[in-house]
Amino acid sequence: MKKNYGIVAAFDTTPALYQACMQVRDAGYTQWDSLTPFPVHGLDAAMGMRRSRVPRFSLTGGLIGFCTGMSFIWWANAYEYRLIVGGKPYFSPMFAFPVSYELTILFTAFATIAGMFLLNRLPMHYHPVLKAPQFVRASDDRFYIVIEASDPKFNPAQTRALLEQAGGKDIAEIEE
Amino acid sequence: MSAHSTDHAAQPAILAEVNPAIIPRAVLVEQNRDFHWITEKVCGIVEGTTPTWWWWCFGLAAVIASFTVSGLVYLVSTGVGVWGHANPVNWAWDIVNFVFWIGIGHAGTLISAILCLLRQKWRTSINRAAEAMTIFAVVCAAIFPVFHVGRIWFAVMPGWLFPFPNSNGIWQNFRSPLEWDVFAVSTYGTVSVLFWYVGLIPDLGTMRDRFTATGNMLKARIYGFFAMGWRGSNRHWSNYEMAYLVLAGIATPLVLSVHTIVSFDFAVSLIPGWHTTIFPPYFVAGAIFSGFGMVMTLMLPLRAVYRLEDLITQYHIDCMCKITLATGTMVGYAYSMEFFIAWYGSNPYEGFAFINRAFGHYAWAYWIMIGCNVITPQFFWFKSVRENTTLVWILSIFVNVGMWFERFVIIVTSLARDFLPSSWGYYSPSIVEIFTFFGTFGVFSFLFLLFIRFVPIMPMSEVKAVIPAADPHAGHHH
Repeated sequence: MKKNYGIVAAFDTTPALYQACMQVRDAGYTQWDSLTPFPVHGLDAAMGMRRSRVPRFSLTGGLIGFCTGMSFIWWANAYEYRLIVGGKPYFSPMFAFPVSYELTILFTAFATIAGMFLLNRLPMHYHPVLKAPQFVRASDDRFYIVIEASDPKFNPAQTRALLEQAGGKDIAEIEE
Repeated sequence: MSAHSTDHAAQPAILAEVNPAIIPRAVLVEQNRDFHWITEKVCGIVEGTTPTWWWWCFGLAAVIASFTVSGLVYLVSTGVGVWGHANPVNWAWDIVNFVFWIGIGHAGTLISAILCLLRQKWRTSINRAAEAMTIFAVVCAAIFPVFHVGRIWFAVMPGWLFPFPNSNGIWQNFRSPLEWDVFAVSTYGTVSVLFWYVGLIPDLGTMRDRFTATGNMLKARIYGFFAMGWRGSNRHWSNYEMAYLVLAGIATPLVLSVHTIVSFDFAVSLIPGWHTTIFPPYFVAGAIFSGFGMVMTLMLPLRAVYRLEDLITQYHIDCMCKITLATGTMVGYAYSMEFFIAWYGSNPYEGFAFINRAFGHYAWAYWIMIGCNVITPQFFWFKSVRENTTLVWILSIFVNVGMWFERFVIIVTSLARDFLPSSWGYYSPSIVEIFTFFGTFGVFSFLFLLFIRFVPIMPMSEVKAVIPAADPHAGHHH
């Protein structure tokens, strides 16, 4: 017998999931998750989650991109090989702006996506919930709550009772 | 205070309670379809057997695409002289085609980014295909500037486009809009692919789960590899939605900047007819106009073939027609404003350039442009026209044709009559040019057909989120 990963409960509608999430949150669980086929509006608050930290990555990426553009063009045209073109100054932030602007966007995009993957710990091709056959519907039309056995408040009987009382269906234990 | 209210009591009473008429919001998925129906419908297109029409279209697209391939092989092995360029028209179909294709891409980004920021929920069912259109249009666009340098190996070699010094250690001229274009277009292509891919991840997860359930492990592995182990966790969705919003937020200034910089290729020069400040907004409006034309050209047949009427409803078609009407009217305004400024600015060269556009040797192209871009969209004022899908499709073709002619008129008429009458000429494309351009429609269709065969053509997770059943408050808004 393999180690128990946690207990899962299914819900058929978003209002049922929403109410159940609030109950699990209020019961004080921390190591738990809900699996949904699409982002459910307001579920972050119902699960007691903080605002996503992806924008910090975006801002960092954008600043690096802008500075890269400006400093590279200065370095190439005003320092590394100085060349007079059309009697213009070696460097001006005006003509360096369009390229720096595009690089700001390019670096922001990379940083945002990298940040999203990093915060989500993806790619992660092997995960206990992906092995359980009932989860084919988590990406189709059903909603699940998984409470992990690693949660300090986890107790097989009590946790199951909580999910039952919250209206969960097909409650089952899943293996690690 | 009480005297004040008695005075007013004699006057016509204001309604004690205001009961504004409740106008129901347009339904985005008709016939009250549920989550599972959406999954089956969209996944069914990829999972079903390949339809016969698909093979016919794919074969035809491959044959047409071979024209571009042969044209380019001939050009590279012979020289850029196989195109009809000659002094003073050194830019012709290559740059016309480049601006035409890159403009088409812009509607995809408008739908995926700008309409996302504006919370236009109708974007969901068309945004995946429109973004795919963007990527394939950028591919077609990139062919022309890369190959018009003739010896294409120089395009990627140090000293030309990308920032490496040449053999003398000299760097690119970063004062040139052409160099800005390199960054704008390559950033646009990269960000469009990334944005598209991020949008695809949850749907690839759905495909993986369905192939796993049916025991098709090879496909489950392939889709699963690209799904990155997506499992629909709400802790993931939170970061995912934030990332998507940030990407929409940066793709919006990006799409505006790309066509602005494309217009700088012209506006920063001194050629009469090009050197005008109206170019950036006028080019952006024109790009969105042509892009929506292409979105309708692609989506209406797709809707009919795959019976997607419940997902791409009449409301969606209305919205697309209205955006086409709005941007087409903006383009019409820009045409008349260009003429007004040419007269009001009292510059004889500018004035001549515009009179020559409308009444010179290329007047035929100018009036095709006016007919297609200014008159065609005006039909979309009428509800009966918007509800006639066949007519909308035909009008969308006119939009595509008109916008190609717009770029032709701008580029060729201005160059063919520049400052020196001794160098005036009449430009005609060579057969190689014509076939190379014609072939890009094959390249585009080839890629688009592969897309509709192997990738879910609609973002299932986004469409599911806009149906009433997705609302966790069951209609009780707070």
